[in-house]
Amino acid sequence: MSTEKEPLFSPKNLKLLSEPLGQSNPITIQVLGICSALAVTVKLKPSIVLAISVMVVMAVSNVVISLLRKSVPPRIRIIVQLVVIASMVILVDQVLKAYAYDVSKQLSVFVGLIITNCIIMGRLEAFALGNKPWPSFLDGLGNAAGYGWILIAVAFFRELLGSGTLLDIQVIPQSFYEAGYVNNGMMILPPMALVVVGIIIWIQRARNKSLVED
Amino acid sequence: MENLVNIFVKSIFIDNMVFAYFLGMCSYLAVSKTVKTSTGLGIAVVFVLGFTVPINFLLEKFILKAGALTWISPSLADVDLSFLTFIMFIAVIASMVQLVEMVIEKFAPTLYNSLGIFLPLIAVNCAILGGSLFMQEREYANIGEATVFGLGSGVGFFLAIVGIAAIREKIKYSNIPAPLRGLGITFIITGLMGIAFMSFMGINL
Repeated sequence: MSTEKEPLFSPKNLKLLSEPLGQSNPITIQVLGICSALAVTVKLKPSIVLAISVMVVMAVSNVVISLLRKSVPPRIRIIVQLVVIASMVILVDQVLKAYAYDVSKQLSVFVGLIITNCIIMGRLEAFALGNKPWPSFLDGLGNAAGYGWILIAVAFFRELLGSGTLLDIQVIPQSFYEAGYVNNGMMILPPMALVVVGIIIWIQRARNKSLVED
Repeated sequence: MENLVNIFVKSIFIDNMVFAYFLGMCSYLAVSKTVKTSTGLGIAVVFVLGFTVPINFLLEKFILKAGALTWISPSLADVDLSFLTFIMFIAVIASMVQLVEMVIEKFAPTLYNSLGIFLPLIAVNCAILGGSLFMQEREYANIGEATVFGLGSGVGFFLAIVGIAAIREKIKYSNIPAPLRGLGITFIITGLMGIAFMSFMGINL
């Protein structure tokens, strides 16, 4: 067999990593994983924690499913995928409870909801079932990063405009408040997360005409 | 009784799955292009939530909670299985979806045909697992409250998805900036609907 060994970071593999950041972003283009994403974006810190958790769960479960892809009968693959994801999420949840208890309380049910996060199921179905472990790992990492940066961008604006802080450190100078500046309380409310994502989609599609729907 | 009505109204309007917690967003965005299909999905969600939440409540009460195993023998009082929550809940949901599908197929074939592909897809709808996890977090006292909460959340999802589908059908005729068409405007409308739903906040029967 004359299999040329592909270099670990061949252009094709790098594309797996970079494409989900823009061209095929899971949130703004593929419309996956919005469920658990928006509610945690009131503050920057829980969003970063959730983004990292999703990245871990996604990369590892992509690799595991990719390793199992030949031995799992197609009929029961959804259950197998759910079990793999669920066990990863349990691990992440236990680690968070042990080392970052207050964040884990803030995230409440949303750590558990990583299980039904459609990005993870979607990538497992669409990619890991048909590819080798290493590209699957990169694909998981890339998609989780694409998901994470939207999450962090939304949280950045909501925390900055809604509470005048970033990572709980005040960034709007006190003199602004004395001059009559008021935090926009609207930004903290759940509906504004949707509007912010809507605006991000707007900007992205305005810059890249090929993404426009009709 | 009053308490039950209160939980029902609260879970439909105030703690609405879609507008307050963004649960079930994926199917909410993907399936809301026409009123007909979204009605089908909405009914399926009400069904499945109405079944899974009480079942998971029983699981939580008799198996998972710290010290819940005492009904087998008192020596198990300090066993805490709560770390198994996710895996148990998701297994129950996946199998319940299958079961509900078979029951509906047998006894209501017309409904089954109109629901079509949406029934199996519900297993990975975050609103379902979210319903069970909220039930666990809010510690409802008995199975009646849990059932009512499940049904209420389902009805809330139903209202949301049928509402957005109706708006999307009409908005096709409006002149929206091209980059905002489709997904973008749907997000913003959902945000506005969420703001409207916030006016229910504080209702207490």
